[in-house]
Amino acid sequence: MSAPDRRLALETTINGRPVSLRAVPEALLLDVLRDDLGLTGSKRSCEVQVCGACTVLLDGRPVSACSVLAYEMRGRQVLTVEGLAAGDRLHPVQEAFLAAAAFQCGYCTPGMIMAVKALLDETPAATPAEVREYLRGNICRCTGYLAILEAVSAAQRAAAPPA
Amino acid sequence: MLPPFEIHQPSTAAEAAALRARFGESAALYAGGSELLLAMKEGLGGFEHLIDVKTIPGLDAVDVAADGTLTIGAAVTHRTLERSPLARQRFPLLAEMERQVANPRVRSVGTLGGNLCFAEPHSDPPTALLVHGATVVLEGAGGRRRLPLADFIVGPYESALGEDELLTAVEVAAPPPRAASAYVKFGMHERPTVGVAALLVPDARGAVAEARIAVGCVGPVATRLGALETALGGLPLAAVEAGWPAADHAGDDLDAMSDLHGSADYKRAMAGVFVKRALALAARRARAAA
Repeated sequence: MSAPDRRLALETTINGRPVSLRAVPEALLLDVLRDDLGLTGSKRSCEVQVCGACTVLLDGRPVSACSVLAYEMRGRQVLTVEGLAAGDRLHPVQEAFLAAAAFQCGYCTPGMIMAVKALLDETPAATPAEVREYLRGNICRCTGYLAILEAVSAAQRAAAPPA
Repeated sequence: MLPPFEIHQPSTAAEAAALRARFGESAALYAGGSELLLAMKEGLGGFEHLIDVKTIPGLDAVDVAADGTLTIGAAVTHRTLERSPLARQRFPLLAEMERQVANPRVRSVGTLGGNLCFAEPHSDPPTALLVHGATVVLEGAGGRRRLPLADFIVGPYESALGEDELLTAVEVAAPPPRAASAYVKFGMHERPTVGVAALLVPDARGAVAEARIAVGCVGPVATRLGALETALGGLPLAAVEAGWPAADHAGDDLDAMSDLHGSADYKRAMAGVFVKRALALAARRARAAA
């Protein structure tokens, strides 16, 4: 006798592609992304919604994949760092992080980039104070943040060149 | 890793209440999960059933009634309230408070109802809602009842929610005309050491006609500072904006708890500092609007 299949059938869209998958009710979004789908860009770190390393976008809004149930994906759009580039062309926020060398060890970078994308999609002209406030929830232990803030500002300039 | 559980999707409040009655302590109400799932990761609760209240239509709505009363569905997220044009225009204190809750990820999923039911003492919403004299709406097998928020949150992690009830909405009466408010907080960690909400109603001569102040995070529950509110009556707003000396002692009699966020003495001192700042900011806004 095998145990009954407790898995839920979930229809979702991940990085623009429709996906049907099965996951137990208690599965966390981060586990499904990393372990079942091989999307390891989102990082596991604090596990308590403080550090931001696992930031992904759910219907465009940033969430901690480590603390959201995979069940919440159903019928929604999930965007991970793997879904940002268009073919070989990096997303402008990724380009800006590269150009400013806004990372050292790089562990926080995918979450940081996803948070910046969420912010700039919604508030393209965010002020430096708004950027700092928004990124308060994404921790970087290497850079001291200045290069990251420079990258955000460069991404803003690239999207809307001064007249 | 979370322990195994089953998720239930009620379509009405009555159905959710019946699930609670049926499963008792093995069931938990589930909305954003921003408190519940973290507790469960720590092995707390032992819940075998999660009742997803987000599947109940209407619980995610923010509405205003003809008399100006704001009704916030229990499953409204911090983010929705932070950005609600209704809240921003008519209840700016609530929008200002929500903008400062945790971080954008928590605000995307965390709900007002979940926050109040969890009754974590180091939390922002109860403090601002107390200043507004908010009421919670509870629904269960016995029907619907309303409780002042001050009677709902009875202690740390303890609410007056019945075993077969759920919180469906928070009702907030419109503030008096010309009221000005401020929410300020301070902390070195993700959760605040102190949060202060202040609301001032000016009279025609630029003095305080009515004052409301609440302090949160310092003690087991957020509390109004009744004596201080009375003492502010009649003071010129300009003097409050300049820094009201009596506010220095605002925290002296608070039932403060020593914890990770500071010693009891430190928190009482910080309560004084931030009550003074909240009052000054509210007074400045009242004068600017006059």
